[in-house]
Amino acid sequence: MRILTTKLILTGFAIAVSFIGISIFGEAVAGWSPKKPVQFIIMAGKGGGADKMARLMQTVIEKNKWSPKPLTPINKPGGSGAEALVHLKQAKDPNHTIMVTLNSFYTTPLRQPALGVDIATFTPVARMAEDTFLLWVHKDSGIKTVDAFIKAAKAKGKNWIMAGTGSLQEDQLLTDFLNADYGLSMKYVPYKGGGKVAKQLAGKHANSTVNNPSEQEGFYKAGTTVPLAAFTPSRLEMFPNAPTFRELGQDRVYFMQRSVVGAPGMSSEAAAFYQGLFEKVYKSDDWQKYRKKKSLMGDFLSGSALKDYWKKEREIHRSMLKKMGAL
Amino acid sequence: MEIIQHLSDGFFIAFEPLNLALILLGVVVGLFIGAMPGLGSVNGVAILLPMTFLVPPTSAIIFLAALYYGAMYGGAISSITLGIPGASTAVATTFDGRPLALKGDADKALIAAALASFFGGTISIVLFTGFAPPLASIALDFGDQEIFALMLLAFATFVGLSGDDIPKTIFSICIGMVFSSVGLDIMSGEPRLIFFDIIGFMHGINFLVLAIGIYGIGEMMWTIEVSRGEMLMSKVVINLERIINNLKELLQTWKIAVSSSFVGFFVGILPAAGATPGALMSYGIAKMTTKNPEKYGKGEVGGVVAPEAANNAASTGAMLPMLTLGIPGSPTTAILLGGMVIWGLVPGPRLFVDETAFVWGLIASLYAANLFAVIINISFIPLFLWMLKMPFTILAAIIFVLSLVGGFAPTQDMHDVWLMLLFGVGGYLLRKLDYPLAPAVLAIVLGPIAEPALRQSLLISNGDITVFFTRPISGPITVIAIILLLLPLFKLLKKKLVPNAT
Repeated sequence: MRILTTKLILTGFAIAVSFIGISIFGEAVAGWSPKKPVQFIIMAGKGGGADKMARLMQTVIEKNKWSPKPLTPINKPGGSGAEALVHLKQAKDPNHTIMVTLNSFYTTPLRQPALGVDIATFTPVARMAEDTFLLWVHKDSGIKTVDAFIKAAKAKGKNWIMAGTGSLQEDQLLTDFLNADYGLSMKYVPYKGGGKVAKQLAGKHANSTVNNPSEQEGFYKAGTTVPLAAFTPSRLEMFPNAPTFRELGQDRVYFMQRSVVGAPGMSSEAAAFYQGLFEKVYKSDDWQKYRKKKSLMGDFLSGSALKDYWKKEREIHRSMLKKMGAL
Repeated sequence: MEIIQHLSDGFFIAFEPLNLALILLGVVVGLFIGAMPGLGSVNGVAILLPMTFLVPPTSAIIFLAALYYGAMYGGAISSITLGIPGASTAVATTFDGRPLALKGDADKALIAAALASFFGGTISIVLFTGFAPPLASIALDFGDQEIFALMLLAFATFVGLSGDDIPKTIFSICIGMVFSSVGLDIMSGEPRLIFFDIIGFMHGINFLVLAIGIYGIGEMMWTIEVSRGEMLMSKVVINLERIINNLKELLQTWKIAVSSSFVGFFVGILPAAGATPGALMSYGIAKMTTKNPEKYGKGEVGGVVAPEAANNAASTGAMLPMLTLGIPGSPTTAILLGGMVIWGLVPGPRLFVDETAFVWGLIASLYAANLFAVIINISFIPLFLWMLKMPFTILAAIIFVLSLVGGFAPTQDMHDVWLMLLFGVGGYLLRKLDYPLAPAVLAIVLGPIAEPALRQSLLISNGDITVFFTRPISGPITVIAIILLLLPLFKLLKKKLVPNAT
């Protein structure tokens, strides 16, 4: 009898507590919110472009106190992001696991089918930007136009060095575009990060690169390197003198996505929370300023629109890798 | 004169109350983060980066730079007292710091580390102040060929001049090289040596995992076996006479301190290298130039002075390409660079012209941080010595736990912890068989720099190996490295030809 009374009292107490809990929570934030620190996986190493952006997003969220629990950045660059993708796929708590991603999101699962990663199962959160690419040369080369570039690169044949980030990734895809479009045979030499690639050009150890604006910014401002043309649909504000390849008659447009993705199996309430969170980040002054400064393009995308974008991009990458013989 | 004007302006900025407080705070926090195994300046700077948005950019970088500096000092503390490298940059400090502590000379080692750090820091900041822009252009001239030549030289100092068994040294280097090649090969884009398809090998073998395994776990097992748990670690009684004697002995190592500071600084300014290779190379060079190399690795003060002077010099050096070229010289500066971008500063050749207050405030704060770090560090030494008075049976448990945390912290992956335990057992067994393990650690640090540099060079030259000899900077370095590598062979021949020479 006494046991039953205790049980009843305890149950009543528990119900009362949960009611109070719900009402407090209900007022504070509508719907789902993280119950513990969120794993914020970065699909690249510390100090790279993806890492810098991830840390900026984290900072904006923290500064404005938009998340009741902090985002904990964890770098997982292993295997061109293979490790990060598998980590996300096997996430024990999909509601508290999100990732900052780039184009290896498409290429790594394509090139390493053994991982068993299907990006269509991942939860779309937000596309925050698309980074742009330009063709760069050293100012001492005297090259100012794409025509002059083609002439010089043709003369040097396979001794023309194109430095780029990683192997069978974005930079090499672009190098292949140029080789195919203009009948060149530039030699592609891979380096570990965009900063090192930029330095190879500034130190004249390479003849050209296809860096992002943020990677060449310092050297460009000092007048050491020159952008010849952009792989974008329209000219970039920052480089008004560099035409697009489209203007030059080659329909070559290529972007690097900067997106946030959630683990497969994330609940729709949790997905809605993160989508709202990153939309706020996207609209923040800090992010808009950063986009402008780094010549970023690509509007905010989320939900099924983002998933369709991924599916389309994956097919584009599949055919590009096939052409290169990498699949 | 312009420099002095800028510098004094910089001091006014550094000595503003907020900035001064941040320097002190940064140094203390850095000291403890550095002393925690596994956590180094990289983790400290990464964790605290978002906090810095509460203050203006100049104050923010001053704080992070002070933290960076404090961590460089702190790394030596656990290397010496516990035998676990506190940070990757302090691995070489364990080589001699730990044996010194076991001999009962922990105080000597700690003082040597603190003063050498101060010395290395000071020399490098002076070089930085005077010659930042011209040095930046030297860093640009270093291509793949030069980087490879330099790495070859680093290996050569370890092989050619080791008093140890040469075949065993080479074996140890090869093991380290194999471990360093695990993970994604950036040249082909293919994963390599993914044992049993375990996904954890995708990120390669972090060299801290190897170093903490060998020096934390392995060393602990070794000490337990030797002492059977009865040994007291430290018999230190500090008195004035002992301090004076220690300082006298330290003064004799000034040549090592000078050369290590310069080596550290120059290795530091090369993009991609950073403080860890700088410290290891200085250790090799100190051993090479000393009269009694056989004492190294067994508790020689010079073996503590060299890496500590070098890693502090290198940490300043690494800021140079970051500020002037926008290229990080080390993982920590890579994060600082990210911070600068978020603060709205554009690193690069224009920074020294456009943002003078920022640049010179930072430089002046480096002087201040260096001074505070040495004072704070020395005043904490009695505390560290008191820790060592614990019986080893208790200390062993602490070392074990700290090693586990240190293995887990950088990647937050249990895979690395298991691997570390495996390396601990392996390291212990190799040690019983009298294999030198420092070369393996050297190889796993330098391997990932040397291998791509070699392949990039050969790709550019169409496989022509003469590029290493024909370029003005790489040529002499390569030749010296080869001579050093062949030195043991010459010695052997000399012994055979003139049997009574020794």
